[in-house]
Amino acid sequence: MKVKKNVALSDSGFLFNPSSGESYSVNPIGQEIIKMLNEESSEEEIIATLLEKYNVERDTLEKDIRDFFGMLELYGVVKPEEA
Amino acid sequence: MAKLLYERPLITPLNTGMTNKFGTRTEYRPMTHIDHVAVKDLLQEFGSPLFVFSERQIRNNYQSAKRAFETRYPKVQFAWSYKTNYLDAICNIFHQKGSWGEVVSGFEYKKALKNGVPGDKILFNGPDKTNEDLKMAIENNSPIHIDHLDELYRLTEMARELNKKPRVAIRVNMDTGIYPMWDRFGFNYENGQAWDAVNKILSNDVLDLIGLHCHIGTFMLAPSAYGIAASKMSELALSIKRQHGKVIEYIDMGGGFASKNTLKGAYLIGADTVPEISEFAEAITSAILNAGFDKDELPYLYLETGRALVDDAGFLLGSVISNKRLSDGRRATILDFGVNNLFTSFWYDHKVSPAQEFGMHTENSVLYGPLCMNIDVVRENVSLPPLNAGDQLVVHHVGAYNFTQSMQFITLRPAVVLIDMKDETHLVRVREDNDSVQRYEQVPEYLKPFKL
Repeated sequence: MKVKKNVALSDSGFLFNPSSGESYSVNPIGQEIIKMLNEESSEEEIIATLLEKYNVERDTLEKDIRDFFGMLELYGVVKPEEA
Repeated sequence: MAKLLYERPLITPLNTGMTNKFGTRTEYRPMTHIDHVAVKDLLQEFGSPLFVFSERQIRNNYQSAKRAFETRYPKVQFAWSYKTNYLDAICNIFHQKGSWGEVVSGFEYKKALKNGVPGDKILFNGPDKTNEDLKMAIENNSPIHIDHLDELYRLTEMARELNKKPRVAIRVNMDTGIYPMWDRFGFNYENGQAWDAVNKILSNDVLDLIGLHCHIGTFMLAPSAYGIAASKMSELALSIKRQHGKVIEYIDMGGGFASKNTLKGAYLIGADTVPEISEFAEAITSAILNAGFDKDELPYLYLETGRALVDDAGFLLGSVISNKRLSDGRRATILDFGVNNLFTSFWYDHKVSPAQEFGMHTENSVLYGPLCMNIDVVRENVSLPPLNAGDQLVVHHVGAYNFTQSMQFITLRPAVVLIDMKDETHLVRVREDNDSVQRYEQVPEYLKPFKL
């Protein structure tokens, strides 16, 4: 999963998607995930990093990350997965 | 190194041009304690979900309502509306403060008697009073508020049989300038039904007409409507004095003062729009004082205020069972309490707070109850921090009508806890179990055996 190149994310969590004109608010953990996606980390790498850092069960984290990816796709922030 | 507190990743669209110029409210301020008792401890000790009442808030509410009326009018008597909340512990707080009882059925009447309210201090309202109920009320000398002519005839007949003179009032409905007009209780003022009922009572010497009662509506947001009602009631009382020489002892203005809840579809929150109780007091007392009563014939003012005195003293605590994403991308949160415990969520947008600390990021969510029913929606859209399974919530302003209307639909009713003036907790109703429901059921013998 790749974040679209023209998507801008500020340090305060303000995200602007020029292709749709929409802006979004992203919470700190969400920002970390987007940054890791920009660095082309895999889903498994992201999960491993966050598990190390946060007090959370793997099941919960996996479920929440899948859900977050779903929302990124819905809002057109990431490039559609190639078939 | 200690791990950081986890919060679900969130991305929330920023909208402009919301329908409300103040924007939507976000409920990220946690409510971790009720009267210095931790929500977490309450749920751990008594289970989830749980109704909690604050005795301090009830006493404060009563005190300010009493002050609002007594500083404006010399003869005021409150009667606790049992249907609003008839948990004995709650009723007794009001009785300790000097409130009489106001009941609308034989069941409530017996409850009030058992709580120790003297019969002559129980006001008996309601359209359905059986002969047994009426007999009990006559023998206890309770003021009986007559709702319809059939009741009037029945009561007259019973009084003759028992050779007693029951103390009665008639219930009066009227146009107070509000819509819809409540004309289902009692006799209409404008079309002469009320006057007709008065004449029927006073033309024979069987019933003792001591009062006039009205209940103009519920969740009333216009104090002026009470002013109009109080003027009409006073006019009726003065006419009775003029034409029959009978002094009316009391005018009962019923209840209906709004609580600080927010009605669905309201532009502003209830806390900003609902009038203070002193505004209702001002409207009612000015109307009676200006009506022209002789100084020594000023009637007592009875009030059956329920909702406004208890709503904000009640909380419903519960837990998140799960959260999910709906097909259209909306977040849904499933709670362990639903409309079975929170009947008023059909017409209020109840304030819901998380019971633990979160960051400042929120997302819109629909709150569903645990019932396997489509109607089970606690809030259609509320902005809350990202809640996880097991997180706890507090629903505010649930003290009126929710417990009395809660039911064992799909799940059993939760326990009820009272936090007293010293912040000690008391279990005032135990959590129900299967026996609470099944002990009243009987299965015919032939239906007992089956093989699967």
